[in-house]
Amino acid sequence: MTHNLSSPISEEAIRELKVGDQVLISGKVFTGRDAVHKYLHDGGALPSGVNLDGGILYHCGPVVLKDDNDEWKVTAAGPTTSIREEPYQGDIMRQFGIRGVIGKGGMADKTLTACKEHGAVYLHAIGGAAQVLAECITKVRDVHMLEEFGSPEAIWEFEVMDFPAVVTMDSHGQSLHKDILAKSGDVLAELR
Amino acid sequence: MSRLRESLVELIRRTSAEIPDDVQSAILRGLEREKEGTIAKSALEIIERNIGLAKSKSQPICQDTGSILFYIDCPVGLNQVGFAQEAREAVKEATKLGYLRQNSVDSITGKNDGTNLGLGSPNLHFHQHAEDGITVRLVLKGGGCENVGAQFSLPNTRLKANRDLDGCRKVILEAVHQAQGRGCGPGILGVCIGGDRASGYEFSKREFLRKLDDSNPDPKLDELEKDILKTANELGIGPMGFGGNTTLLGVKIGAANRVPASFFVSVSYMCWAFRRHGATLASDGEITGWLY
Repeated sequence: MTHNLSSPISEEAIRELKVGDQVLISGKVFTGRDAVHKYLHDGGALPSGVNLDGGILYHCGPVVLKDDNDEWKVTAAGPTTSIREEPYQGDIMRQFGIRGVIGKGGMADKTLTACKEHGAVYLHAIGGAAQVLAECITKVRDVHMLEEFGSPEAIWEFEVMDFPAVVTMDSHGQSLHKDILAKSGDVLAELR
Repeated sequence: MSRLRESLVELIRRTSAEIPDDVQSAILRGLEREKEGTIAKSALEIIERNIGLAKSKSQPICQDTGSILFYIDCPVGLNQVGFAQEAREAVKEATKLGYLRQNSVDSITGKNDGTNLGLGSPNLHFHQHAEDGITVRLVLKGGGCENVGAQFSLPNTRLKANRDLDGCRKVILEAVHQAQGRGCGPGILGVCIGGDRASGYEFSKREFLRKLDDSNPDPKLDELEKDILKTANELGIGPMGFGGNTTLLGVKIGAANRVPASFFVSVSYMCWAFRRHGATLASDGEITGWLY
């Protein structure tokens, strides 16, 4: 089943999503990866203009260039591996009211618990599909902390349209990643 | 810009934006294996579309343009210092052009100066050969797949892996299972049996220079490669770890001598966005042919 999602997202809308659902995301999305997660978890303040309440955080370090008109242009923007943010993600979700995290590879129990208790989902984008996903970014609205963290680690504020992803961790305690890990482990035990 | 530098910028562009034919064919075969209406099929369809878009736009297939690994075979007498300097300048130029992301970070200060230059970046492997020509191969290896690589020391009690080919098989499959979808599968394995902790990984990465459709000259390793590919694809991990029939696209295994006390199996995992190209160069640096 395919759902359309756009921020700000209500808890009710998030609770409707189930593992395996495909979603098309439109509207505002903020990037944040390793440096941002550590910074926020250490008590750092969100830069002014960044509001994650009901919002979507994208684990992504894009390639962004300035075009001839001095406008930012995204030339590649796939997801990065999310598990590195596992120590921080659940707390940051709750603290800032995040409803959706886009990334790849899935996350673990601490995040899954936060998804269930707070009402959020993990949205798996296609790793490596930097061009298909860059095409879904219709505008770069702003960039924050570019000096401190460098381009891949900065907070980029994107406007997206029909950005495809799959719900692989929902707000009901289900995780596709846990399922596949267990099932493939059983098969491996047979074939080993 | 020197002729050599221009050629190396073009090699970087092509590697970053164009999937080699052997890899694309393997992805298409995977697409045929997945069932209609599954998220595995849909993932591979997006991947296929991405490959076409990157090529037509001359932009990176994946935004993580990865570790920059050059493998240069050169005649005796080539000025390696000069070649290395041109390669560094080519990397800087390709970064400005957006073929490479600003991807190199000082490990102590965390600073990224935006040039992609620093100790270990780019990584240049020179090898002298007894021929006249120069061949230069480039692999761009993203961090997501690099992070799921694994090195095992045999014997391994937990996995019941002894110091033999069956033990190697067990630990290689364990690496596939541990990786799940986190290395952006369907992946390709480069494996080295033997060597030491450093050379094992080094040789495992050299396996990525082989074409996916070649055969291992060692019949035992050839059989092991085929067995692991088949078995891994029965695990049900699938593209991106979504479940499905395509967990790996290829397995390449080499062996290096070891000291009697050590028996390492080093497994490097390459994502589906397998960026590898190579060219032959004339002595003035002009590209005379493509290798993949």
